[in-house]
Amino acid sequence: MQFGIFTVGDVTPDPTNGRTPSENERIKAMVAIALKAEEVGLDVFATGEHHNPPFVPSSPTTMLGYIAARTETLILSTATTLITTNDPVKIAEDYAMLQHLADGRVDLMLGRGNTGPVYPWFGQDIRQGINLAKENYALLRRLWREDVVDWEGTFRTPLQAFTSTPRPLDGVPPFVWHGSIRSPEIAEQAAFYGDGFFHNNIFWPADHTRRMVQLYRRRFAFHGHGRPEDAIVGLGGQAFMRKNSQDAVREFRPYFDNAPVYGHGPSLEEFTEQTPLTVGSPQQVIERTLSFRETVGDYQRQLFLMDHAGLPLKTVLEQLDILGEEVVPVLRKEFAAGRPADVPDAPVHAARVTAATMAEGVTTA
Amino acid sequence: MKLTAVSAGLSTPSSTRLLADRLTESARDELATRGHAASIEVVELRELAGDVANHLVTGFPPPRLAAAIDTVTGSDGLIVVTPVFAASYSGLFKSFFDVIDPDALTGKPVLIAATGGTARHSLVLEHAMRPLFAYLRAATVPTAVYAASEDWGSGGDQHTDGLPARVRRAGAELAALMATRPTRAEPEDDVTALERQLADLRFD
Repeated sequence: MQFGIFTVGDVTPDPTNGRTPSENERIKAMVAIALKAEEVGLDVFATGEHHNPPFVPSSPTTMLGYIAARTETLILSTATTLITTNDPVKIAEDYAMLQHLADGRVDLMLGRGNTGPVYPWFGQDIRQGINLAKENYALLRRLWREDVVDWEGTFRTPLQAFTSTPRPLDGVPPFVWHGSIRSPEIAEQAAFYGDGFFHNNIFWPADHTRRMVQLYRRRFAFHGHGRPEDAIVGLGGQAFMRKNSQDAVREFRPYFDNAPVYGHGPSLEEFTEQTPLTVGSPQQVIERTLSFRETVGDYQRQLFLMDHAGLPLKTVLEQLDILGEEVVPVLRKEFAAGRPADVPDAPVHAARVTAATMAEGVTTA
Repeated sequence: MKLTAVSAGLSTPSSTRLLADRLTESARDELATRGHAASIEVVELRELAGDVANHLVTGFPPPRLAAAIDTVTGSDGLIVVTPVFAASYSGLFKSFFDVIDPDALTGKPVLIAATGGTARHSLVLEHAMRPLFAYLRAATVPTAVYAASEDWGSGGDQHTDGLPARVRRAGAELAALMATRPTRAEPEDDVTALERQLADLRFD
């Protein structure tokens, strides 16, 4: 099982002192957070993609390429790559290039995005969101799997004799997760292709997460990719920790109360009860995270949102120390215990290359 | 059959709730004469005001609101009553229906009603309430009931029925519509319902 962090890349004022970081500070902070993730033994760093303020990460492969050069083991991913408004040809090229530079430490999570005007800004229509996700992804797959592509569709100019370069590393494209919160169509898309399904559950009750993952698992089996428990599932989560839970609550409350994504609605107590947000001791975060398995079954990837609500970089780095030193080692041990041997591991490049080679051997034999 | 009244009254006692209760009794009695026993629930939106606001902010319903929404969407008929605020339904009434899935009331028999200080606001039923439930594709019965303060202390005249007669007529229309609806099939589990939604989706 993989553990990591994902970041939205928002520029949010620190409500305790009113200070707003500059874009430059925030971008550098995201990099510092990624480097810290590797340092404390996490497996994955994923960045959001946005094309409007107050978000900075409009160019994920630029950022991930820079991080790739400064890390050794960290898997670089996205949360999410906009399959609706990005040109699938550019996604194929950018992420294959990143895959080469990072020696295969790359996967990506596709999503539709959630800001209405981004569609028209990129020449698209939000009402076509699902159709864009369908057509663009079908093309992206072909660009990575076929050396020469002739293609005609609805949303972009046709391609004749097009070869996307560079070709994927070792002939194996980056693994794809499909990220969704509420669209069953996206769970179906992940299931149809036998790809991963990431349910970004951070703002939703467990019952909703259970339903979406169960749908994906059922459809994964229906489409002939294996048993429901063979499906590749990822979940989000978010936490704020201090040694004593009262200290965590006291320190995080002003951030919660004022954050654009949390504040001015339910109380911190209500929100922590109804969503995965856990504010307390490392032990509480461990227990809460282990409970996710009861909701969705044994799964492959757990990403935490740690740089939320305008927390300063120093605090986020402290949080990552706690996550890497006190929480994740216990989670690795506990999730491994009782995990059936035939539940698949999280996908990594080397194993996928081996699997592809073996499949090739079977075909030619 | 499940009959649910949604009342957006804010005071206690509330004339909006009073009207909801009169309408509910009328529909229940009419259903009984047609041989249907009605189980009745009342959703008081005042108790859910904070939950409705939180749902607007977070995108998901707190448990108590989720239960109320299930009650409403799982009913065979609805009686919905709002006080008139600023020439329309109250914001709380509208917000409650804003957080319900827009398809969830399709085809559902609905009786609309409103209360106000003066009968001058009575067309709120036709200019605000009826279009809202038309948008939601509910089957709204022809008689809508408006109760002004004065209606609670007067009878009919040669031009119009008094409140009790209008309540009886509206309740009878709702009961008649509910009685003609096919009984709903066994509710499927929610994942099966999602799978059914996907029936037309093709990736190949």
